[in-house]
Amino acid sequence: MSTAAINATGLDIGYAGHPVVSGIDITLAPGQWLAVVGTNGSGKSTLLKSVAGLIPTVGGSLSVLGHAPGDQGTSVAYLSQAHEQGFLLPIRAKDVVRMGRWPVRGLLRRLRADDEAYVDDAMAALGIEELADVPLGALSGGQCQRVHLAQAACRRADLLLLDEPTSGLDAASRERYLALMDVERDRGAAIVSATHDVREAARADLVLLVAERVVACGPPDEVLTAAALAATFGVIISDATGPVVIDPHHEHGHHHGPGTPRVRGHAAGYDHDHGHDHDHGH
Amino acid sequence: MNILTDPFVQNAFMQRALIAGILVAIATGVVGTLMVLRGMAFLGDALAHGVLPGIAAALLIGIPSFIGALVGAGVMIGGVAAVQRRTRLSSDVAIGLLFVGMLALGVVIVSRSSEFAGSLTDILFGEVLGVNWWSILWQAIVAVVVVLLAWGLRRPFLLMAMDPDQARVAGYRVRLLEAVLLGMIAITVVVSFRVVGTLLVFGMLLAPAGTAALLVRRVGAMMIVSVLIGVASVYGGLMLSWYYDLAAGASVVIVAVGIFFITLVVQSFLPSRRPHPEHA
Repeated sequence: MSTAAINATGLDIGYAGHPVVSGIDITLAPGQWLAVVGTNGSGKSTLLKSVAGLIPTVGGSLSVLGHAPGDQGTSVAYLSQAHEQGFLLPIRAKDVVRMGRWPVRGLLRRLRADDEAYVDDAMAALGIEELADVPLGALSGGQCQRVHLAQAACRRADLLLLDEPTSGLDAASRERYLALMDVERDRGAAIVSATHDVREAARADLVLLVAERVVACGPPDEVLTAAALAATFGVIISDATGPVVIDPHHEHGHHHGPGTPRVRGHAAGYDHDHGHDHDHGH
Repeated sequence: MNILTDPFVQNAFMQRALIAGILVAIATGVVGTLMVLRGMAFLGDALAHGVLPGIAAALLIGIPSFIGALVGAGVMIGGVAAVQRRTRLSSDVAIGLLFVGMLALGVVIVSRSSEFAGSLTDILFGEVLGVNWWSILWQAIVAVVVVLLAWGLRRPFLLMAMDPDQARVAGYRVRLLEAVLLGMIAITVVVSFRVVGTLLVFGMLLAPAGTAALLVRRVGAMMIVSVLIGVASVYGGLMLSWYYDLAAGASVVIVAVGIFFITLVVQSFLPSRRPHPEHA
């Protein structure tokens, strides 16, 4: 398999020609998972949208599954951050998941038995089988997120782009999601997820830390250092159980594994003076 | 003697009104459902206002009114799109003024000639009892086109209602599909104004689809229920108009809007049918 899932060289991403993050170099092979970690406004979603072909790149080169972004047909599945729905959609959870198979079957062809099997597998993997007949509007935030994750998973795409996939998920659902990511990688799918969650990133093959610039990029055990996390999130404090990274945009902190070095106070001497406390309103 | 069918059996103009009304109910039921799902009620309103000066101008220079209506609809869509692109804070003000401006422009054009004075009411509120076979033919063509497009494009339309970005990544040409949807709304408004008038066609687009959204959980069922409610409103409105000597187009819209609010009130007193799963 020679075609890289994503090949970015000197890539600048941003809006209306103004770069948010410059100089990204990534090669993501099939079967690999890239976690993009940063605060809101750091450029995570911008990167996902650029790879999806939803916004043009600002500079450098980017190829997705060997094509220009947006030209890869049905082989990319995208989970956006906000699941906007009109004021109401009369549709059941299982129908939402089934929509993930529509692009494969074109405009009119019926879903086949194997499509239904992919739908059922994805729903089982996320533990939402019993929600099949529940109307979308009656789902809680976490249930809705799992329904949309199942929709992305049942596509059997070559590349999954997941923006904040664990938002709203409880601990059990998060484990199901991580297990699903293993299944997808074993199948040969490449994954890019944007996340605040350092524990999720630790499970990926590659981690890209962004804070309106590339802070670090590489395997998680090399990249997820206290210093780099401090530069990404701004502040790290410790509590009784270990270091907690404080994301100024989120009320809750993120614990990470007991093996991570303990850091007290803000990481003095490391570059973290770019403004994390403003929002970019894109 | 049957008070439920006599008005239609004995009067050719009532038969034509019923047929035209049913065709309009089919087109508005289907297009209205797509509008409600996509959250486009606003644009439907804009179109309904935009066709008035187009129709008036067409009458003035003596071309078929549906051509004027189509041009007016196009101008209105373009105007709303331009305003939304240019202004950020007060686009609702600018668009609101665009609506009223188009309405006033239409009235001004009509009032330019005294012979049109009578047609103003017809354009604004419909002339369903004076509908001829030519407009019924056009209404039939539009009903068929709209139903076929909605059926053939149901998947991308629904994906776009869920999340336009996701639809784009899935490979659908969202801009083109959006233009098709606007075109469907435009032709529906244009052939419907004879039945319920430009001011009231908005009611036929929204009320049956909105009622259906309260009643069913599946999109296909929503379209069918919406059409059925529209047909019932047409029949009920024409009956009211016949027996109580009321304006026909307005009676149809009153029945449609009445069904919506009665459904809303009744539902709020019934125990919810929806399961309430308690945790994420």
